[in-house]
Amino acid sequence: MSPSISLTINGEARAVALDDPRVTLLDLLRERLDLPGTKKGCDRGQCGACTVLVDGRRVNSCLTLAATLDGAEITTIEGLALGEELHPVQAAFIENDAFQCGYCTPGQIMSAVGLISEGSAGDDPERIREGMSGNICRCAAYHGITIAVQEATRNMIRTDKEDAA
Amino acid sequence: MSVAKPLPHDAAKLHVTGAARYVDDMPVPADCLHLAFGLSTVAAGRITSIDFDPVRDYPGVVGVWRAKDLPGPCDCSPSNHDEPLLAGNTIRYLGQPVFLVAATSHHAARHAVRAVKMEVQKRDAILTVDEAMAAESRFEEGPRIWKRGDAGEAIDAAPHRIEGRIEMGGQEHFYLEGQAALAFPQEGGDMVVHSSTQHPSEIQHKVADALGVPMHAVRVETRRMGGGFGGKESQGNALAIACAVVAQATGRPVKMRYDRDDDMTITGKRHDFRIDYCAGFDDEGRLLGVEFEQFTRCGWAQDLSLPVADRAMLHADNAYYIPAMRVESHRLKTNTQSATAFRGFGGPQGMLGIERVLDHVAHTLGRDPLEVRRLNYYAPTKGGAAPRPPAADSPRDILAKKKELEAHPDEDLTSRGAQDVTPDSSPAPTVPEGVQTTHYGQPVEDFILHEMTERLAESCNYAERRRAVAAWNAENPVLKRGLALTPVKFGISFTLTHLNQAGALVHVYQDGSISMNHGGTEMGQGLFQKVAQVAATSFGVPLESVKITATDTGKVPNTSATAASSGSDLNGMAVKAACDEIRERMAEHLAKLHQDNPRDVRFEEGMVKVGGERIPFAEAAQLCYMGRVSLSATGFYKVPKLNWDRLKGQGRPFFYFAYGAACSEVVVDTLTGEHRTLATHILHDCGSSLNPAIDRGQVEGGFVQGAGWLTSEELVWDETGRLRTHAPSTYKIPACSDRPDVFEVELWDGRNIEETIYRSKAVGEPPFMLGISVLMALSDAVAACGTGYPSLDAPATPERVLAAVRKLRDGV
Repeated sequence: MSPSISLTINGEARAVALDDPRVTLLDLLRERLDLPGTKKGCDRGQCGACTVLVDGRRVNSCLTLAATLDGAEITTIEGLALGEELHPVQAAFIENDAFQCGYCTPGQIMSAVGLISEGSAGDDPERIREGMSGNICRCAAYHGITIAVQEATRNMIRTDKEDAA
Repeated sequence: MSVAKPLPHDAAKLHVTGAARYVDDMPVPADCLHLAFGLSTVAAGRITSIDFDPVRDYPGVVGVWRAKDLPGPCDCSPSNHDEPLLAGNTIRYLGQPVFLVAATSHHAARHAVRAVKMEVQKRDAILTVDEAMAAESRFEEGPRIWKRGDAGEAIDAAPHRIEGRIEMGGQEHFYLEGQAALAFPQEGGDMVVHSSTQHPSEIQHKVADALGVPMHAVRVETRRMGGGFGGKESQGNALAIACAVVAQATGRPVKMRYDRDDDMTITGKRHDFRIDYCAGFDDEGRLLGVEFEQFTRCGWAQDLSLPVADRAMLHADNAYYIPAMRVESHRLKTNTQSATAFRGFGGPQGMLGIERVLDHVAHTLGRDPLEVRRLNYYAPTKGGAAPRPPAADSPRDILAKKKELEAHPDEDLTSRGAQDVTPDSSPAPTVPEGVQTTHYGQPVEDFILHEMTERLAESCNYAERRRAVAAWNAENPVLKRGLALTPVKFGISFTLTHLNQAGALVHVYQDGSISMNHGGTEMGQGLFQKVAQVAATSFGVPLESVKITATDTGKVPNTSATAASSGSDLNGMAVKAACDEIRERMAEHLAKLHQDNPRDVRFEEGMVKVGGERIPFAEAAQLCYMGRVSLSATGFYKVPKLNWDRLKGQGRPFFYFAYGAACSEVVVDTLTGEHRTLATHILHDCGSSLNPAIDRGQVEGGFVQGAGWLTSEELVWDETGRLRTHAPSTYKIPACSDRPDVFEVELWDGRNIEETIYRSKAVGEPPFMLGISVLMALSDAVAACGTGYPSLDAPATPERVLAAVRKLRDGV
């Protein structure tokens, strides 16, 4: 009998039977759940293209066994926008030309969302660069990526403050 | 007007929401088959036995193919027909596809290939430059030699002379999206192929050839690539052919994508080079004669190595006038991956050779390298000579061309690897007075590097920082700083003249929306956006009115690869020609309706102004439709003025040059060899930029990739010919934290003197070579450790830098 897990993906509860207990979260998303927005770059946890949030924490989905995620809450690039309204990080990536070919972009954005919620980088460019260095961009749109993360961080802090007020 | 605006990428919203589809993201029917190659495990040898039973028995496997099971050779080569899809019994490199497995899933296919039992009799492999030279293992009959004057004599007569050698490594493309193809069999034996390729026409040609069908039976579509950088000019052929062959055999859709390790093990990379040099110069550092001997390992098959090596020879002058010059180029055949196109296409390697010479000359004389560089620059030309009327095509030697075609009936004409025995096109270039020519005879008519260098040196405080670096180095024994400002002059055009053409297809629909297609492919360089801006500007409509559709061989035929930085130049002009045609038809009809002169009809701000009235563009389109005016047109463009004879090494291979300059400052830890780029200032020439935001991205990205090539990206083959750096764990690509702490990019505000699309300049490759400034700055820092010349090779990894430091300090 194949094991099955229950997890929440982009707010939707899913029960998934695992044909192969060794399946990674990345392959599960792309090949079983019709969520190809998360990309496969190296399939060994070194390029960051497959970054998603698991319980709010950024992980390389290619190194995460789906079987370990029973009860977890997963957010992928497809679940970031609220309908037509882009997440501030998504909007900042467009605003600052933070990509060229776009293939690393879903991973970069998920990583940025994770980094911002970790709260350790703030809007310091050097810390942002360090915090984003697990996500390779071969087109080297790093200048735009750094500024986009900086800008999104500021916008999100401002919005939080306004909400609190 | 849309052109010249910094608008975001056309698919920006799709990218940030994960909705942008790449080949592997496309939904496929449930019966889709997945392929994997079984690879050779030695670099040279002969297969003595092979047992597929365990592979066939693997769950999910549907079929196994060896070379003899294929419908024909299924050649994948873009040039010499020397690349069969699968090896026969002879193995030519480690990683060569030997057999093909089709299975019901990607994983099943990958696992199954490992079950094979293959026995191979090893042979001695030719891996290095020295081995290849000793064995006379090369492409072409001998070295290619181009010269001007007698360089040997000039060097002998010169007051000073240096000799040296620089070795530079290759480079893995590491396009984030690996190679991928997907084939759908159609009725009547037709085939539709989706391919992550820079060259859909090439895929179409190779697939048709493999299937034994005419090109019209194969349609290739490319929406986008997740990066190309040259690695998808010919390296996607194998996957597309494999998919099509299996799809034809099984009648099922077939998909193939390489896993990263396979991708790096199978596919070609940038050519590594060894360049030996000898230069004679005067007391000030003025070059009087230079000799280069360039050696490059081309790998097991010819691929695009000849034009790559040609371009290295063409850039052996970079920005410098060298009165006597000799360049000898050896294209060596080795038992390694077949080296291929990579951003710059040999240009960076040739350019690094002469930059090394300039650095070495300056060090020998104890002069500032920038002064020596400027001293040797081509003569300034004040924005170029007076424009000349476009030259008419000269009468061609039709018989010779015909003979050439007959000798190669299946010649892949749209490939850069195609033969070009008979030069055609314009008459030989005339040289205006006061204009110097390159070593291959092309006049340098718009040499703007004097002004650009002046401005960059000023804006980055070069002189002051030069003093500060010297002061720092005098006081600090461990951390040494280095500074270098290097120029780029890069020739724009395919050196195979006939490739410099493009087509486009534009439709205006009755609601005023516009659909546009051209032969260029989108790989992140923003081509689609730039070309859409051209179309929107032509019709005076907002950009949202223009839809750019996937590149499709069924819409625009016989296209050239999106390569050689030519995408916007060629396709922009072709699209403009199509738009102009439709606009003229519309203007004529509307003028007639309003008793106006067609020439006075204006297309602006979404409106058409005619006969004192302003009609919305959509309404104008409707009126034209009702008036039975054709609202569809093809456009065509061919680059003028080209004339090139590659055998002689003479003529005008380039329409124009693109320029740039970069100043980098580095710091080196002389105890470990580790280094860091502290600041980089760039001034780059995009002519009159079509889209400054996209162009800046190309400049920044090109520089980082170029600096990566020369510092951290190291390919290592072991003594058996196995590539040991086949994943990002062992192959270091620049990350976000590796970019310079201070990184200033400015675009030169100028216009192309040639009539390009809105007087812009190509921008894909030229900025890559700005990365040379980092290597030269490292050389400068190492030089501060002693009195000798560092002769720093590339990539200047900490290991190499440390070795260079030790050599200078201790002589070991």
